[in-house]
Amino acid sequence: MLHRTFGSSLFRHAVPAALASGLAGGAAAQTTVDWLHIEQNPEIADYWAGLARAYEAEHPGVTIAMQFLENEAFKAKLPTILQSDERPDIFYSWGGGVFHAQAEAGVLGDMTAQMNDGWAETFSPASVDAFTYNGVVHGAPMLVSQVVFWYNRDLFAQAGVDADSIQTWDDLLAAVQTFKDAGITPIAVGGADKWPLHFYWTHLAIRLGGKAGFEAATSGEGDGFENEIFVEAGRLFQQLTELEPFQDGYLAFTYPQAAGYFGDGKAAMHLMGNWDYNTARTNAADGEGLSDEQLGIFSFPQVPGGAGEPTDTLGGINGWLISADASPEAVDFLRFFLSPENQTEMGKRGYFIPVAVGASAEMTNPFFRQVADNIAASSYHQIFYDQMLGPSVGRVVNDVSADLAAGVITPEEAAATVQEAWEFEQ
Amino acid sequence: MRSAVPDTLHGPGGAREGTPDGGGRAASRGSAARHPVARSGRVAGLFSGGRLTTVVLFLPPALLLFTIFVILPMGEAAWYSLFNWDGYGEPTRYYGFRNYERLFGHRAFTSALINNGLIILVSLLVQLPLALAMAVILANRIPGAIFFRLVFFLPFVLAEVAAGLIWRFVYDGDYGILAEIARWFGYESAHVLADRGWAMYAILGVIVWKYFGFHMMIYIAGLQAIPSSLFEAARIDGANRWQVLRYVTLPSLAPTIRLSVFFAVIGSLQLFDLVMPMTRGGPSDSTQTMVTYLYSFGMMRMDIGFGSAVGVVLFVICVVFAFTYKRTAMRND
Repeated sequence: MLHRTFGSSLFRHAVPAALASGLAGGAAAQTTVDWLHIEQNPEIADYWAGLARAYEAEHPGVTIAMQFLENEAFKAKLPTILQSDERPDIFYSWGGGVFHAQAEAGVLGDMTAQMNDGWAETFSPASVDAFTYNGVVHGAPMLVSQVVFWYNRDLFAQAGVDADSIQTWDDLLAAVQTFKDAGITPIAVGGADKWPLHFYWTHLAIRLGGKAGFEAATSGEGDGFENEIFVEAGRLFQQLTELEPFQDGYLAFTYPQAAGYFGDGKAAMHLMGNWDYNTARTNAADGEGLSDEQLGIFSFPQVPGGAGEPTDTLGGINGWLISADASPEAVDFLRFFLSPENQTEMGKRGYFIPVAVGASAEMTNPFFRQVADNIAASSYHQIFYDQMLGPSVGRVVNDVSADLAAGVITPEEAAATVQEAWEFEQ
Repeated sequence: MRSAVPDTLHGPGGAREGTPDGGGRAASRGSAARHPVARSGRVAGLFSGGRLTTVVLFLPPALLLFTIFVILPMGEAAWYSLFNWDGYGEPTRYYGFRNYERLFGHRAFTSALINNGLIILVSLLVQLPLALAMAVILANRIPGAIFFRLVFFLPFVLAEVAAGLIWRFVYDGDYGILAEIARWFGYESAHVLADRGWAMYAILGVIVWKYFGFHMMIYIAGLQAIPSSLFEAARIDGANRWQVLRYVTLPSLAPTIRLSVFFAVIGSLQLFDLVMPMTRGGPSDSTQTMVTYLYSFGMMRMDIGFGSAVGVVLFVICVVFAFTYKRTAMRND
C-alpha cells in the first residue's frame, strides 16, 4: 500500500493537490483507499461519497477514492486489474465461484482477524460465509436479494387474474394463458442478456430438487446436472415458453429495456430480483414507472411433488472484497461503511435490503420488507447459479436457458451441456 | 533449394526489381542472403546509397514492436490454448487439446463458422458485384457522380459501433423505421433482430450497406488507372458497351478485384464491431461470428484458455487463406 501511495495515488491525488496549493511541501503521510464500485444510481453513489467524506473528516491523512466501472466492464476488467499494481483496495463482489477463483489466485486480502473482533456479530452468519473461503474471510456482505415475480395490479385486474391464486407452476401457466386471451403481454424478460431467463430454469430446479438437488449435482452424485431434476426443470420451462408468454422480440431486449417495458405497464409480470423496484423506475419512459399501489410481488410458484421447501429462495448476497495488499485503513473504512447504523440508513432510503442484523427493521419499502421476511424465513437461499458456479459454467447455464426459451435445444441437451461444462471445470 | 536461388535472383523475381512488389522481393532476398555468391552482391547493395543506415535505423524499432505485440502474443495464445485458465495467476491446469474438442463440439461455434461463411459469400456474391456496378457507373464523369460517390462511401466512414446502433434502432420492432413501414402497410411489426431466422440476414444487409462503398472506391481508383486509349481503341474496333466491359474493363481491373476480394474475405472473417451493438451474437447465439464468439465465450467469461483456442483457430483460417490466396490468385499482382 505504501508503495502505491507514492506511486499511483501520488499522481491521482497528491499531484493535483500539490498543484492546487502551489506546491506546498511537507504534507502529512497520506493513505489512499481505492474503492471500485459499480453503482449506477447517482443517488446511492452520492450517499456513499458522503459517507467517504465523513470518514475522511474523522481520519485525517486518509483519502477514500471512489472509482466507477459499468457492470459488464467491471466483470471483464477485474482479473487484469486485480493482478496489476493498480488494484483497488475495496471492490464489489457477488460472491460465489468468481470470488472463489480470486481467493485461489491469492489476489484477495485477509480480514479474518477484524471480522472475528466483534464485527461478524453484526451480520447473519450465512452472509459472512458467502465471503469466506477455506476459513479465511476476504470481504464483508452488504445486501441480500431475492428473485420474485413483480406484477402489475392494474393489468391483473383488467384480465381478472388473482395474483394470490398463483401458487403452482400450472397456476402460472393458466394465468399466462388468461393474459394472452385478454391481449395483454403476460411477462417481460430481458432475453438478450440471457441471465434473466436463467432465473426460470434454475428456480424450477430449486423447486424440484431443493438444496439436496443442487448439492448432489455439484458433488457429482449420479448424473450431476444431467439428472432428472434439471431435465424436468427444462421441460417445465418449455411448457411456459411454448405459450409465448414474453413480449415480442424479447430475445433482443436487454435487462434494463425489459425492466422499462414492465415499468411502462406493458407487461403483467417480470421475474426479477427485488432491485428491479429501482431499475424498472429509472428505465420507464417517464422515469417514474408504476406506483407502489400498482405494484405487487409474489414468490416463484411451487411445483407439486418437488423436493424443495416452499420457503426456498433464489437470490444473491453481495458485498465488498479487499485485495491482497489493502491497507488496514481500507478494512477500517469498510467496517465504518457497513456499520449497522449506515446499513439501516441505506435500507430506510430504499436502496436495497441490508444484511446487517436489524438493519432492515426501518425499511419503509413494503416490497423490500416482504422480501427480507422471505429470506429470513428461508432455510435455503440459493445464490444465483451464474455466480455460484463460476463464470464459465454459470454462463453456460445462461446460454442453455436462452436456448431453451428459443426452443432450439431439448431439456435433455440443456442438462447435458451444463454437465459437460461442469466436468470440464473439475 | 540452392539451384533454385539463382533462378529467383535472375529470373522473374530479379527482373522485376523495380516493381513495388514488397512481398516477392523480401522473399527472394531472404533466400538470396543465404547464398554465398548472391550475398556479396546483396551486401554491397545494402551499403550503397545509405541503405544500411536506413535498415539499421528503421528496422529494429519495427521489428521489436512487431515481436512484442504480434509474435509473442501469438505464441502465448497458442500456449494458453492448451490450458484451462481463468486469467488468475499462471496457467497450471494443462488440458491438452480439450479446449479445441470443446470448441468444435459447441453449437454456437458451428453457427459462428457458418455465419462467417455466409458473410464471405454475401460479400463476394452481392457486395462486390454491387460495388463494381456502382464503380463502373460512377467512374464516368456523369452529372452527380461525385455526390453519389460520397453518399455511397459515407457508411464506410461511419464508426462500426455507431452504424450498428443506428441499425439496431432501424430494426427495432416497437419504434424502428422498419416497424413503422410494416405497420403502414398493415403488417404486424417484426422484431427482426430478435428472430433467429432473420437476424443474420438483417446483419448481412447492413454489412453490404456498410462496406460496398469502400470496394466501390477501390474499383473507381482502379478504373481511373486504366489508360483511356484502351477504351478508345475498343470503341474504334466497334465494341459495344457490354463488350468493352467484358473485354477491356474487367481484365484491366482484375488485379484490383483480386485485392478487393482479399480485403472482403479477411474483413468478413474478422467481423465484430458491427454485430456487437446490433445483437451481441444473439438471439441465443444465432448471429455469432468467430470474433464475437471469441469475445463472448473467451473474454467475457474469463475463459482465457478457451478464448485462446478460438483465436488460434481464427488465426490459422486467416493465415491459410491469406497465403493460399497470395500464392495463387494474387501470384502475378
